[in-house]
Amino acid sequence: MSFYGLVDGGDASLKSYLNNLSGVDQVGAEARAAMLATRSIKTSSKRWAIDTAITMVDLTTLEGADTPGKVKALCTKAVRPDPTDSTVPSVGAVCVYNDMVSVARTHLDLIGGQHVPVAAVSTAFPSGRASMVVKIQDTQDAIDAGAAEIDMVIDRGAFLAGRYIDVFNEIVQIRQVCGDKAHLKVIFETGELVTYDNVRKASFLAMAAGADFIKTSTGKVAPAATAPVVLVMLEAVRDFYEMTNARIGVKPAGGIRNTKDAIKQLVLVNETVGPDWLNPKLFRIGASALLNDLLMQRMKMDEGYYSSPQYVTMD
Amino acid sequence: MSNRIDVKKTYKLYINGAFPRTESGRTYEIKSAKGVFVANPCLASRKDLRDAVVAARAAHSGWNKATAYNRGQILYRIAEMLEGRRAQFVDEIMQLTDVTKVKAEKEVTDSVDRLVWYAGWTDKIASLAGSTNPVAGPFYNFTIPESMGVVAAIAPETPSLFGFIDVVAPIITSGNTVVVLASTKAPLSAMTFAEVLATSDLPHGVVNILTGKKEEIAPWMASHMDIDALDISGLPAKQHGPIKVAGAENLKRIHSFKSADPGRIIAFMEAKTVWHPIGL
Repeated sequence: MSFYGLVDGGDASLKSYLNNLSGVDQVGAEARAAMLATRSIKTSSKRWAIDTAITMVDLTTLEGADTPGKVKALCTKAVRPDPTDSTVPSVGAVCVYNDMVSVARTHLDLIGGQHVPVAAVSTAFPSGRASMVVKIQDTQDAIDAGAAEIDMVIDRGAFLAGRYIDVFNEIVQIRQVCGDKAHLKVIFETGELVTYDNVRKASFLAMAAGADFIKTSTGKVAPAATAPVVLVMLEAVRDFYEMTNARIGVKPAGGIRNTKDAIKQLVLVNETVGPDWLNPKLFRIGASALLNDLLMQRMKMDEGYYSSPQYVTMD
Repeated sequence: MSNRIDVKKTYKLYINGAFPRTESGRTYEIKSAKGVFVANPCLASRKDLRDAVVAARAAHSGWNKATAYNRGQILYRIAEMLEGRRAQFVDEIMQLTDVTKVKAEKEVTDSVDRLVWYAGWTDKIASLAGSTNPVAGPFYNFTIPESMGVVAAIAPETPSLFGFIDVVAPIITSGNTVVVLASTKAPLSAMTFAEVLATSDLPHGVVNILTGKKEEIAPWMASHMDIDALDISGLPAKQHGPIKVAGAENLKRIHSFKSADPGRIIAFMEAKTVWHPIGL
């Protein structure tokens, strides 16, 4: 493994790589995120943003109470979010627990949703508290069942204890399991990493270890995808691109519930890494309730009056 | 001679139990009956209406599930709080409408009495409007009136307090939540009444109050798909036609009334029929 020539896979080189990172200006990051959140996106730009955001949604259900029926309904919605309007694009992916991957894949193929990938949350999601053998098996199961994207969680305990090499090796091993069959998204659970410096460190660690995407949160812990955290991760992606020419994707997840929030995320992307990242291959939004709000806003723009949750499907 | 600087009051909207400024940042000027500047209330926009409807929709399930007895207690509590601030309401009514103190006091008294009257209706309306129906089979068959959901309302210009309460109280009596546009020229009573509501144990979002222009807000109320019914008592009769057309898309129930009447409660309820086998 080359690790982009940044580290050699040993503890010492990883430590020196991470220690050489510049720190994050907390006040500056929060101020910049707040400033970008005041941008107003209207009319045709808003229409474009809504459709783009729909293609970026990882439509998610991660509940203990998930049933095959619910997952199938979600898949149907993913392929054609508004049954009455065929101009609405399909979402970016369907995100489910491991045991629901085959249900989702089979149903998507059945209804003409071959273009919609299934993402699985693996490695003892959401806590990540399991042995490496179990995590690898977990990932392998998901890929065998047809998952094209793996959302893994890092071991936050190891990261906070300073055992960066353990976290690094974990990502490298899962990356190997994924091979060329699945995209790897690495979840940091930024709400548990406490500082922006840790978020930046985790971002560089994951990117060097071979992550295709870096993702903020599991959705099980608050705060999740706050604007400053996403900004810090996008800046890390931008700096990493300058160092290595590798384009790494970003996926905020958790707490993005309405169109306004989603458009704010797109503004952050455009202003930080540029319009190349305004693409579902490089930016995704993990959400469930968001899609309905996007559809209602889209109806409002088409029909000229405010819509109601009664006119979109229930989750 | 006091050197103390006047504490001027900022009149804001009442949405989801909070007092936000309008999203649009706009205000308009209101003057007393004698033409003296009084205040700059918010000129609400359609987006304030949208936010208020979201709050009202979220509040509906809780308010609808509250027992009729509990809703009655809260309406009575509102009447108590209004009674306690009588002097302020009398002042504001006199300031904006050219009426005598006796008339202003009567308006406040009538308002309190009207609230108490509706408080009494909460646990009686179901037996008045509901029925047990004879059916050709071994079943009980009941018709039960239920609240509709989110109702929008336009309060009349005058009387600014009594008219406002006469519109709002019957709507919330049955368990609906309401978004109401106050009198344009005399909005102070409604905005001060919001402070009464905020201290009356009324759950947030059950009553949401906007101030602004009828011709700007009413069409958006009519076309909004998440508003189930509309009370246009405060709108001039010649504007009723276009509003009814705009409200047809989601089969909105649109009514206007001239006086107090238990029918005002029933107008914003819908009947549910329940079948139950006899002998179980």
